[in-house]
Amino acid sequence: MSKNDILLDIKNLKIEGFSDEKWHPIVKGVDLTLRRGQIMGLIGESGAGKSTLGLAAMGYTQPGCRITSGEIMFDGVDLAKLSEGKKREYWGNRITYVAQSAAASFNPAHRLIDQTTASTIRFGIKPETEAKADAVTLYDALNLPNPNMIGNRYPHQVSGGQLQRVMTAMAMSPRPDLIVFDEPTTALDVTTQVEVLTAMRKVVEEFNTAAIYITHDLAVVAQMADFIKVLRHGNEVEEAPTRDMLSAPKEDYTKSLWSVRALEKDPIKEQAPILEIKNIDASYSKVKVLNDVNISVPRGSTVAVVGESGSGKSTTARVITGLLPPMTGSIEFDGSTLPNKLEDRTKEQKRRIQMIYQMADTAMNPRQTVREIIGRPLEFYLGLSGAAREKRVVELLKMIELDERFIDRLPSELSGGQKQRICIARALAAEPDFIICDEVTSALDQIVQEGILKLLMRLQKELNLTYLFITHDISTVKAISDQVVVMNLGQVVEQGKKDDVFSPPHPEYTELLLSSVPEMDPDWLTNLNKVRQAS
Amino acid sequence: MSQEQTAYSATDEVTSFLDKRTAWSRTKILLRKSPATARFGMIVIAIYIFVAIFAPWIAPYGEAEVFAQPYAPWGGEHLLGTDQIGRDIYSRMIYGARNTVGIALVTTILAFVIGGGLGLAAAINRSWLDQLLSRGVDVLMAIPSLIFALVLLSIFGSSAINLILIIAILDSTRVFRLTRSVAVNVVVMDYVEAARLRGEGLGWIMRREILPNILPPLVAEFGLRFCFVFLTIAALSFLGVGIQPPTADWGSMVRENASLIQFAQYDLKAGLTPLLPASAIALLTVAVNFVVDWFLHHTSGIKD
Repeated sequence: MSKNDILLDIKNLKIEGFSDEKWHPIVKGVDLTLRRGQIMGLIGESGAGKSTLGLAAMGYTQPGCRITSGEIMFDGVDLAKLSEGKKREYWGNRITYVAQSAAASFNPAHRLIDQTTASTIRFGIKPETEAKADAVTLYDALNLPNPNMIGNRYPHQVSGGQLQRVMTAMAMSPRPDLIVFDEPTTALDVTTQVEVLTAMRKVVEEFNTAAIYITHDLAVVAQMADFIKVLRHGNEVEEAPTRDMLSAPKEDYTKSLWSVRALEKDPIKEQAPILEIKNIDASYSKVKVLNDVNISVPRGSTVAVVGESGSGKSTTARVITGLLPPMTGSIEFDGSTLPNKLEDRTKEQKRRIQMIYQMADTAMNPRQTVREIIGRPLEFYLGLSGAAREKRVVELLKMIELDERFIDRLPSELSGGQKQRICIARALAAEPDFIICDEVTSALDQIVQEGILKLLMRLQKELNLTYLFITHDISTVKAISDQVVVMNLGQVVEQGKKDDVFSPPHPEYTELLLSSVPEMDPDWLTNLNKVRQAS
Repeated sequence: MSQEQTAYSATDEVTSFLDKRTAWSRTKILLRKSPATARFGMIVIAIYIFVAIFAPWIAPYGEAEVFAQPYAPWGGEHLLGTDQIGRDIYSRMIYGARNTVGIALVTTILAFVIGGGLGLAAAINRSWLDQLLSRGVDVLMAIPSLIFALVLLSIFGSSAINLILIIAILDSTRVFRLTRSVAVNVVVMDYVEAARLRGEGLGWIMRREILPNILPPLVAEFGLRFCFVFLTIAALSFLGVGIQPPTADWGSMVRENASLIQFAQYDLKAGLTPLLPASAIALLTVAVNFVVDWFLHHTSGIKD
């Protein structure tokens, strides 16, 4: 068992999924070779088959999927041919899995340490006392606070980032040969992501475990993987060592992934503020979530509001829309004061402020067609009906770069990016002056994100729109904003022009937030941790 | 791979789009995949509906037509004999389908209008209105419904209208609970918030945003609730406070002919007579349950 033995060798693997009465290919003949102690990064957009391939490396297929051909040689045994019972002897023993949503993957009724050691004890790898002692060692290695005691807690008693690290400890506990990480940091804030990545990389290196790391975030995979494999539509696009791949990608598709973050916004002329919120305090029942918030948004510009979850970004949006009337403070819109409560605002005031949501899936009624979704505000605000309404809906579809073929589709028949475009069209239908974009791109793939951001910028120029852009993604902020508001714990930490906020000196919190954004440099994480330890 | 293929275009994004099918071809696929129990249920329900609608043409005699010979045996002029005052049992069975099923259907629909409407309003309002309605429903549900119905019917008198109103209101409590509990999950969705931000009224939000998304559990509940209402009416009729003579009704037919069962040792057919309306009730209940089971299975997305 030397370091360079081939551990996993997947050959010409084909997997199909069943939907709409037919079998569709998901993975179309992919090879993958992984040696002991190596980390392979799998990247691609959604639908690329990266998760399906990652799970297949364990010999597992999701319900409704089947392996049609190919072999999965794990340490000399073809997992594709083993019975379910035989495969179970590998899972949780020699192969383990770290899922995207730790909160949904833990059993809420058991203590963390019991779940961490369950499979180790079941397979008889270690007796219970030893396994628990080892779990504490792992918790310590993963930088969890109070490693001796944290195992006695229940899943809801620790934070998301801590839970993700406990899950890594769980995967590490039986000392597997292979760990499959399926987007383990996607749901976390950047500042938490750094801690989790550091911890995961440390234990994987320490125990010389091979790993497959699935993600759509290039910068993250650059920190973790020795090799990167790019997938698209179930095919391999290219594979190369991380440094080579980052410095010189060969295929056009890979290059396009790399260039996504090159978006730039032209500076705009300074105009008078269209929206000003002054001294806003707001609370949910007794809990105060906004504390003396002042934000001013110039007409025709994009103001980005950044911060971690719980910083009060989305609450600010709810205050502006009138869903959450503030306790004190006022909202000035285009020279006049807006009533605090939604019910007290006129139809015209409601029309001029529109909102686009993070999850396009839940922002559209699944039982309404695109025609009804976009047509309703036209009918409601502008009194259009019949042919005039139909004509305007098609115009709006053209504006968002879709066409009239989409008019009869239901939301379930659209891709993520198309759904978000329909939501944009619905907001535009009201002919607003001011649009609140609440994390509109954070649920989307990078290429699709770029498309949406370009669209929003083009529309801003054409229609002189003003955006309040709420996001936790700093690279999006750099790409599209004119002004930046940094929020933390319900307060505005810093506000100003983009270049001023992003150039030092920063307040302490801005510094932490900015330095936590992964960069496309394989040494970024190592360097960052050196700097942070030194200070 | 050429440059054109890699260039991004919003219209070409991969979607799991479905083949466009007409409602008819969708129904055909659905029916082809339906289990035998559901098909049996659908056939039985179809026969009941047919009989109920065309009762006057199918039945050989009138509903309340009295003949000279009471307790006539099976066969001869009267296929299933006559009852205690000489009415043709076969004809009364056919008219019974119309009366019992018809009244049960009207009652169930009314229960859904009341319970569904209030349930939706409570789910959207979530404050004093919700508290008021929910606690009121708790009180109504705490009293055994059959006994409560008996009491109310003896106070207000057992006319068909009273019967329908009382059972509808008592049953609407369960519909209220179900509607409210499924609707609160939909009310928190962003599209409902979007409709509120747009300034839509309560009626629009109820009808267009929420109702279409909670319909499957409500339709299933409709089938089940119909069975319960149907059984309650039969039970009340059996006890003598339900549908009043001479209107033919299966529940009261069981009661009126119940004494015949003791003659089973002399004439088996005569002994079976009171069981006929009882089995008509049982068969419809089973059939509706088969269909509801299949529908629930289908819409809840549980495969296998």
